[in-house]
Amino acid sequence: MNRQAIHGWLLLLPAAALLALFTHWPVAATIWASFHATPRSSHPAPWVGLENYQVMWADEVFWKSLANNLWYALATVPVSIALALVMALWVNGAMRGRTWLRMAFFTPTILPMIAVANIWLFFYTPQYGLLEQLTGALGIASHNWLGSPDTALACVSIVAIWKEAGFFMIFYLAALQSIPPSLAEAAALEGASRFYYFRRVVFPLLAPTTLFVLVNAVINSFRLVDHIVVMTRGGPNNATSLLLFHIYQVGFSFWDTAYASALTVVLLAILGTVALVQFLLVERRVHYQ
Amino acid sequence: MRKLETVAAWVLGALWILPLAYAFWTAFHPPEFSTRLALAAPLTLDNFHRAWDAAPFARYFVNSFLLVTMVLAAQLVLCTLAAYAFARFEFPGKPVAFALVLVQLMIMPDVLIVENYRTLGRLGILDSIPAIGLPYMASAFGIFLLRQTFKTIPRELDEAARVEGAGPLEVLWRVYVPLARPVYLAFGLVSVSYHWNNFLWPLIVTSSVTSRPVTVGLQVFSSGDQGIDWSVITAATLMTSAPLLLAFLLFQRQFVQSFLRAGIR
Repeated sequence: MNRQAIHGWLLLLPAAALLALFTHWPVAATIWASFHATPRSSHPAPWVGLENYQVMWADEVFWKSLANNLWYALATVPVSIALALVMALWVNGAMRGRTWLRMAFFTPTILPMIAVANIWLFFYTPQYGLLEQLTGALGIASHNWLGSPDTALACVSIVAIWKEAGFFMIFYLAALQSIPPSLAEAAALEGASRFYYFRRVVFPLLAPTTLFVLVNAVINSFRLVDHIVVMTRGGPNNATSLLLFHIYQVGFSFWDTAYASALTVVLLAILGTVALVQFLLVERRVHYQ
Repeated sequence: MRKLETVAAWVLGALWILPLAYAFWTAFHPPEFSTRLALAAPLTLDNFHRAWDAAPFARYFVNSFLLVTMVLAAQLVLCTLAAYAFARFEFPGKPVAFALVLVQLMIMPDVLIVENYRTLGRLGILDSIPAIGLPYMASAFGIFLLRQTFKTIPRELDEAARVEGAGPLEVLWRVYVPLARPVYLAFGLVSVSYHWNNFLWPLIVTSSVTSRPVTVGLQVFSSGDQGIDWSVITAATLMTSAPLLLAFLLFQRQFVQSFLRAGIR
């Protein structure tokens, strides 16, 4: 090995060691542990084959959490992206008070999820929460928004949308600012409507940003469960249990780490699929350019 | 049409700020006004006093401060070295190593809670501030961001320094680091706000007052015997968000620019 190579590896070594210890090793160890029983005291855990996965197959809470998580992703991802795009278009234009608007949209992003979850918890409180007062004033019957299985998942989804839309707005804003103004001028000269210009020029130019934001939104919908811990603890009747929250409960409330590992493998498979889809989409885009 | 759009934008903006405004109202007024919006309601700091006295928030703030400082310092060193290797050195296995780094962008330590907890237990450092930070110190995001930046720096500058007899680390320190300063600021803000706000992992690894960050402290406080005194809970909530919120309001432009810069890949 020449000196360049040695220097390169030496520079990389500290970060690589930590990455291996806290990312690559745990991925491998999770898969390995999912085929074993939960270790008790000093005995090594016995191999149990697919038993944890059989338990999972029969675990209603797992299926409920998975279904919840898919619905949660289906609700939060498109809505927060669409709102982010609209916000960015507004803030990027010559609208009055756009500095204020940008601040209003972006502020939720920098607050801790756990703190905003507390605020929203109060907002949704039965009887004297702000939401109840508003619906009461409009003559709508009282409803326990977080306490009933029909509306609880929608309530936590709204919190996530509120928290994330402003964050994604920033990426769209950056992309919008890199579009040359001459394109808009040309479209105006040709007599294209604003909507036509957006649909045929702006939106296609934003495609890479949309892909980036989409991937991040999907990852976040499987990664962030802070608000679940604060607002519902997965209830009522598991109506708001998401996959990572179920893993947390199985692993750290019931201390069944082997089963938690099997559940984590499912989560890793989902994230791996997202990565693969992103990779293939990026590849295709590069080919067509 | 444009007028309608402006109105819609303002309505959405008002909706977006409403929960926070409501929190401010509750925190700065006596409890009997927390659910009653009366213009004559007297302002008070009493809720903050009571929250501050009811839980060791001072300690939580110190813990969070130590945590974000420690994580950021380690990230800056580790990511700079690794990014420099990827940007300017040729070594066998480089593409594979880079791909392995990028894995962490998808599979963050946030989802590997079970095994990381076991690892930290084996290291014997559970319930400590370094235990919260360790899994995040080698940040794939930081490595990627700095690598992209270092790659845009002209090689001539690098070579000029080498001709003067500077070694690889000296070149890094004298040429690359100063030129990447805005990116460091951007990464720093993103990292600090991420780790100040992080909750689930600190909740899992900490179990005592001496290591809990503010987010976990707030949860312990608000789910404990405080019951449903919303005024005090909201005051505590605003208190824990205050450092970032104040920094954001003071340096709004830099914040937004930084998040913009950190997001462009």
